[in-house]
Amino acid sequence: MIEEKFDAIVIGAGMAGNAAAFTMASRGLKVLQLERGEYPGSKNVQGGILYADMVEKIIPEFRNEAPLERRLIEQRFWLMSDNAHTGMHYRNDDFNEEKGNRYTIIRSQFDRWFAKESQAKGAILLCETTAVELIRDGYGKVIGVRTDRSGGPIHADVVVLAEGVNGLLGTRAELRPRPQASQVALAVKEMHFLPAEVIEQRFNIKGDEGVVIEAAGTISKGMAGMGFIYTNKESISVGLGCLVSDFAENQTSPAQLLDLFKKHPSVAPLIAGSEVKEYAAHLIPEGGYNAIPKLFGEGYVICGDAAQLNNAVHREGSNLAMTSGRLAGEAIFQIKSRRDPCTAQNLSLYKKLLDDSFVIKDLKKYKDMPDLLHTQASNLFLTYPQLVAKAMENFVRVDGTPKIEKEKNTFSSFRKTRGALGLLGDAVRFARAWR
Amino acid sequence: MGIEAQFQKVEEKLYQNRYLVDAGQPHIKIAPHEKPSKNLLAMTHLCPAGCYTEAESGQVELAADGCLECGTCRVLCEESGEITWNYPRGGYGILFKFG
Repeated sequence: MIEEKFDAIVIGAGMAGNAAAFTMASRGLKVLQLERGEYPGSKNVQGGILYADMVEKIIPEFRNEAPLERRLIEQRFWLMSDNAHTGMHYRNDDFNEEKGNRYTIIRSQFDRWFAKESQAKGAILLCETTAVELIRDGYGKVIGVRTDRSGGPIHADVVVLAEGVNGLLGTRAELRPRPQASQVALAVKEMHFLPAEVIEQRFNIKGDEGVVIEAAGTISKGMAGMGFIYTNKESISVGLGCLVSDFAENQTSPAQLLDLFKKHPSVAPLIAGSEVKEYAAHLIPEGGYNAIPKLFGEGYVICGDAAQLNNAVHREGSNLAMTSGRLAGEAIFQIKSRRDPCTAQNLSLYKKLLDDSFVIKDLKKYKDMPDLLHTQASNLFLTYPQLVAKAMENFVRVDGTPKIEKEKNTFSSFRKTRGALGLLGDAVRFARAWR
Repeated sequence: MGIEAQFQKVEEKLYQNRYLVDAGQPHIKIAPHEKPSKNLLAMTHLCPAGCYTEAESGQVELAADGCLECGTCRVLCEESGEITWNYPRGGYGILFKFG
C-alpha cells in the first residue's frame, strides 16, 4: 500500500515512459513508474533501431553505458518480387564514425538499462504491476491509478500515459479511442542467432558495424506492409508487418507470411543455419497525423505509441516516443516548478512543445500517406514490384534480343498493367502524399 | 507435399518463448456465440500465436496460453462484445527475452 502522493505516475517502462520518468526524476520530481512486465522490456517489442540524437538529448553519454548491438553503417531498400529483389544500397563512410547516428538494440536489455538510469535519479519503479483503472475526482480530473496489487489507489498530480499502442487505461477512460484496424500494423518477428563472424561475413561488415534491410513488395501479398532484416551482435531480427485491416480482409496468417519471407531466395542465405530463440508479435501505430488523439487533459498526458506517434514512412517510432516522453516531462517540470496545478490548460504546454518538434512536423508532412498506402496497397505492393523486377530482368538478361525491343517490352508492360492514366495518377497521388 | 508442410507449426515457434501462465485465469475470453462474425472467424488465421481455432460445430474457440499480447483480436473483436480483453496479472503472460 502506497500512502504517499507523487508528483507524477508514469504508466509503462517503454521508450516514452522511460524518457518521461528520467526527465522528471533527474529534475527532482517525485516519480512512480508502473510496469506490468517482470522487468522493463519484457512486454516490449521493436525491430529495433535506436536513433542516437534523441537519446543524447536525454542521456548524453549513453554510448558508454547503454546496451547497444551494432552501429548502422549501411541501409538497404529492397523492392521484392517472388524470386528477385531490386535493391538500393546506401553505405556512407561518414556514418562510420565513432558517434554513430543509429544503432540496433534489443529492447529487453535497453529498456532495463534505461529504467535503471531513472531509478538512479530517484524514480520508483514497480514491476509486475498492471495499472487497471484511472481514478478521477468529481470534476473528471485524473488524480491517480488503481493497480492489480493489493492496497488502495495511488495518487499523483499528473499521470503520464505511456502504455503503448494497445494500452487499456486511456481507452477505458475514453481519453483515446481503441486503435482502428486500418490504423495499426501487426508485425511478427523472429530472433535468428548466428556467430558474430558469420553475420559480419554475410553482410560485409566488421567489428560493431551493422546493416539494415527494409523490404517491400510481393512478400506482403498485395497488402500494405513491409519486411525487415536487422543485424544485431550475434543475432538477426527478421520480421514482417502489414495493416491489421488488410490481414483481416485477406484472412492471411502472419506466421506463414513470415515463413515465406524467410524462404525468399534473397533472404534465406542470410539466415541459413541460424537458431531461432524467440518469436514475437506486436502492433505498430500507422494511422499517422490524423490518428493522433487529444494529447493532454485534466491531470494527464499521452505519449509514444499510445498517442500514435509513429512515422510509418521512415520506420521511426522509438525516437518519436522518446521525444514525446521527454517533452511531457519537461512540460510537467515547468508547471510544477511554478507551483501551478496540472490542469488541461497548463498541460497544453506539452502539446506546444511537441508541435514545435520534429515529431508533429514529420507526421504532418506525411498525413495523407496512410490513406494512400491503404487504398493503393495492391498497386504499390504487388503490381509495381513485379513490373520493376521484369524491367530489371529485361535490362540485365543478355539473350540476343535487340535493346530497343527490350525497352519497348518494358514500357508496354507498365502501360498495359496500369494504363497511361493509371501510371500518371499513381505518380501524382504519391507526390502529393509525400509533399 | 501439402501446402501446410512448407510452413512451420505456430506451436513450434511459441516453444522458443518464455511464458508465466496464470493458470485458470485467461486474460481474453470469447462470449458464447452461435455463429462467429467475420472478424472473429478471421482470427483463426490472423492470430500470430494461433490461439483461435474453429470448432467442428462452427464456433470459434480460444486457448490464450500462448498469447503474445499483441492486441490484434482486441482491435478486431472487442468493440462488438465478442471478446473481452484484459492484460494478464502483473508479471504473468509472455515474458520477452529479447523483444
